[in-house]
This record gives sequence, C-alpha cells and structure tokens, in this order.
Amino acid sequence: MATIETGGTTTSVWGGGASPFAIPSKKLGMWLFIVSDALTFSALLIAYSYSRVASADWPLPFHFWPSIVVASVMTFCLLSSSVTMVMAVAAAKQGRVGATVNWLLATMLGGVAFIILHANEWRTLIGEGLRPFDNPWGSPLFGATFFTCTGLHMLHVTIGVIVLGVMAIGFKKGRYPADYVEISGLYWHFVDLVWMFIFPLIYLMSVPLEH
Amino acid sequence: MGANQAHEHAEGGSRLYLIVWGGLLGLTLVEVFLAYVHLPVNTMLVLLMGLSVIKAALIIAYFMHLRFERFNLFLVLVPMWILVTCLLFMFFPDSFRLQEFRFPR
Repeated sequence: MATIETGGTTTSVWGGGASPFAIPSKKLGMWLFIVSDALTFSALLIAYSYSRVASADWPLPFHFWPSIVVASVMTFCLLSSSVTMVMAVAAAKQGRVGATVNWLLATMLGGVAFIILHANEWRTLIGEGLRPFDNPWGSPLFGATFFTCTGLHMLHVTIGVIVLGVMAIGFKKGRYPADYVEISGLYWHFVDLVWMFIFPLIYLMSVPLEH
Repeated sequence: MGANQAHEHAEGGSRLYLIVWGGLLGLTLVEVFLAYVHLPVNTMLVLLMGLSVIKAALIIAYFMHLRFERFNLFLVLVPMWILVTCLLFMFFPDSFRLQEFRFPR
C-alpha cells in the first residue's frame, strides 16, 4: 500500500488529510464532470449512429464546399484555441498576468470563430429546409440527431467562452489563483476533444460519394 | 529556480505542445483525405474512429496533462470511462434489424 512520510511517522495516504491524486479537489471535480459529460456525448453519438443504421434513406447533405471545408476550418479553430489555452495555463503558473489574459483572449477568439462559422452553417441548412423533425432529403431523424449533437456541443463552446471571459477578468483582478485557469482549461480541451468525434462521425461519414 | 526549470522541462514546455498541435492538425487532414478515398463504409468507420481515438488520447495526455499526473488519477478515470462507453453499445445490434420491422411503403 502507498504510504507517505509525515514528520518521521509513516501513515497511509488513504487515512485522510492527504491528497492521493496530488491535485486540488476542484480539479478532481472537473475531471469527474468531464468523464460524465463525455458519456453524455457518447450516448448522443451512439444514438445518432443507431438512428442512421436503422434508417434506409439517410441524407448526405455535406458537400466538400462549403460544409467539409468550413468544418475543417472549425476544427483548426478549436485545435489552435487549445494550444493558446495551454499557453495561458503556463503563463498563469508563472504569474505573468498580462500574458495569461492575452492568451485567454486568443482562446476565446478561437471559440467565437467556431461559434460564428457553426451558426452560419446551421442558418444555411435551415434555409435549405432542414428541421428537427423534417427535411427535404430523406430520413427526418437526420435533423433531430444533427441539431442535438452539434447543438449541445455548440452550447458547451458558448459556456466555455463565457467561463474563460470570467477567468480572464478574475485572474487579472487577482481574485482567482492560477489553478482556476488550469481547471477551466481542462474543460476547454474537453470541448475540443468532443469535436474530434463529431467531425468524423457527422461530417466526414456524410460525404456524398457521387463525384 | 533550478528546480522549477527542471519541472518545466519534465512537462515538455511549449515546444512539445506545438508538436502535439501539428500532429493533431496532420491527423485531421488525413481524416478529411480518407473521407474522399472510396473505401467500404466499415473500413472507413474503423479508420476514422481509430484516428479520432489517437487524437483524443493526444489531447488528454498532453493538453489535459493527464500524462504528467499521478498514475492513480489515470486508473480512477480512464478504465471506467472506456468500460462505460463500451457498455453503451450493448443495445446497438438492435438497429440492424429495425428496418425489417417497418411497414412496406
């Protein structure tokens, strides 16, 4: 059993008063939230796959231009914002307040770019007649699963941008420690991670093969 | 300060993050390319999901820093996460027979 030395006496790390994971409890809480949220997204993506396999006429409306190109650019925005988030965490740990705020703003910019591109895509698809329970191309379940999966993800990005804004203000004023920036960073990377599954499953698997 | 720098070095620093970022972008391009190679749908699904799992692992290990945490934390989070995700597939085979239950149009 793992033990720690406390002033000459040896006690069990599970005896209380010790931190067996060597991370702040808020960070452990964020990790547990992330795992449960990941399972929510897994359930939604599996429901999407289930509906798709069980439907005969699944629509394939995502052409190379604009859908796949724009979705790739959105992937680029999220991945790059993850890197700027990592830089923000590193700057926060070193106590460089100005750099932290700037990197956080860059991260938020990536998130906002993602939201704008995504919202514009929704607008185009709705203009083409896509509804949650109806569309002109085939199985009506397509709209329900598409709007649910991408909508919940977009909600996560929106909340993430707001959280990062609050963190930037709080860290600048000295109200939040660097740990808070790191913990909100975990959430931001998770949002990025979810998109790594939505992008291939919903977009790349829906490329029409007629060209 | 020396100990701090050693710590920084052990956790990679910004160069490592940029390498991971490049890797993730590269894998994304491979995925987009694969979508336009005419492969059987099952092969493509396996390839795309395999690449996505690699990308997710890179994000979790380096950006979310799990590789540099105690192994304890990994053991608490990841095996349970994978197990429950697999359990979600339990009812999936049902979807293969649903079409046979439809009323003919």
